[in-house]
Amino acid sequence: MTLDEHARKYPEVWQRFNPRQTLIRYVWYLSIVAVAAWSVSNLDIPWIYFLDAHVQAMDLATRMWPPDLDFVDKLYDPLIETIHIATLGTVVTILIAFPVAFLAARNTTFNAATWFIGRLILVTSRSVNTVVWGLLFVAIFGPGPLAGIWAIAFRSIGFMGKLVAEAIEEIDQGAVEAIEATGASRLQVLWIGILPQVLPVIYGTTIYRWDINIRESTVLGFVGAGGIGIQLYSSINLFAWQEVSLMLTSVFAVVLVSEFISAAVRQRIS
Amino acid sequence: MRAQNQSEDVTPRQWQTIKLVENPYWRYGLVILAIAYLFYSVGTLDINWHRMSTGLTRANNMFSRMVPPDFSRWELLVKGILESLQMAFAASFFGMILAIPLGLCGASNLVPRPIYLVARAIIVLSRTFHEIIIAIFFVKIFGFGPLAGVLTLVVASTSFISKMLAEDIENMPPGQLEAVRATGASFPKLLVYCISPQALPRYLGVSIYRLDANIRHSTVVGIVGAGGIGQVLAATFSRYDYDFSLAILMIIVALVFLGEVFSNWVRSGLR
Repeated sequence: MTLDEHARKYPEVWQRFNPRQTLIRYVWYLSIVAVAAWSVSNLDIPWIYFLDAHVQAMDLATRMWPPDLDFVDKLYDPLIETIHIATLGTVVTILIAFPVAFLAARNTTFNAATWFIGRLILVTSRSVNTVVWGLLFVAIFGPGPLAGIWAIAFRSIGFMGKLVAEAIEEIDQGAVEAIEATGASRLQVLWIGILPQVLPVIYGTTIYRWDINIRESTVLGFVGAGGIGIQLYSSINLFAWQEVSLMLTSVFAVVLVSEFISAAVRQRIS
Repeated sequence: MRAQNQSEDVTPRQWQTIKLVENPYWRYGLVILAIAYLFYSVGTLDINWHRMSTGLTRANNMFSRMVPPDFSRWELLVKGILESLQMAFAASFFGMILAIPLGLCGASNLVPRPIYLVARAIIVLSRTFHEIIIAIFFVKIFGFGPLAGVLTLVVASTSFISKMLAEDIENMPPGQLEAVRATGASFPKLLVYCISPQALPRYLGVSIYRLDANIRHSTVVGIVGAGGIGQVLAATFSRYDYDFSLAILMIIVALVFLGEVFSNWVRSGLR
């Protein structure tokens, strides 16, 4: 081994990656930058708008201050409705997501076809945003909280179903076999062997999703699906920014409280 | 949970599943409270039951108008999807970059208390509001179009990634930090040799996940005029072009599914 080769094999300065790994890493970095650059250049962004952005933002801020406190009385009912939509939507979700999760879990589904159907339901539910579901249900049930509840439920099924299905796939098979060995029916195996093992996950994800749903239900009104969003959208369209700032403050408070409750409950469960 | 109620003879010796709430008064109390809430909330909600009962025929009518999906205006569709994808890519990229300083400032074991509190306040504030509310403000400031959408997604991505990054750094074992500090390393060296090797895999994983989430969200910010396929979708709904709506929805589902597959593939490679 010549001195050169030795120096190359045992460099004085420690390197974490060898040259090949480094090259691959840089190719990755470069391609990420290239994709980002391609995207930005293709979007025809009007850069000139950035010039007066701070003026516009200040303008908005001065129009929003001070919040219109006379509006508080009209705020109470829509806020309660928002919370109801989120909660009832979550209740409906549990009822539907649970059976779907069993279809979508490899070890509890009936056959490949039912597994595929379960997965398809979960993917479809998750891909379509709550607001888009809202559009759909407003067209079906007409404007109002009912459309909101269904929109929340249909979006949450995918979220909860996926997490519960993953939990079902990871259960301890021993308990299931033990129950099966006692001659239990399929339903009993489900009820006694599997359900208790995934219950903590179900409680945890339900509470977590409820907290997300509170946030989502604040904007459902933009498409007419009930809650504070209806008021918020009409105030925005009327440029009543002082009402908007009051509503945003109240939304902020409600979301923060719900997040706090959700975190506290999840900590108690786990 | 209440499995033992199924059998006919409940003897004291029967096995009981573990209860979530130990105290029976609390347990049944909570159940009664929940039922009471259900009645109360359904009662106060302004639900038009007549409208709901006619909903089924309306849904039927709507679906019959949706099928078959109309792909004839595919140029509009491709343009919208491409715009949504570009918005998602650009937003994820800038979110990734902006999240690094914010995430570092949000880690209590790295920075002084005041900086930590400010960073955390920014993260909480931008996480609380739904993307659509943020989008409205950007539409007001930057006008209609994809720029407002990109900025909305940048805000959402930054707060999400930086929150994860900050938590990851806070959960690091203090040993490595102390060891690198003991060599007399400056703060930048600490970042390069101690923080980044430990945080990078998860940071990249979270960023890829966020890309996947941004693809999903980019399809909806258009509803308030912030560009992308969402703008096209909202227009089709308001014009009752349901067959085109279904085509768009199918493409969105396929796109999100592909994004998820890609995201899972990259994340399994990172591990």
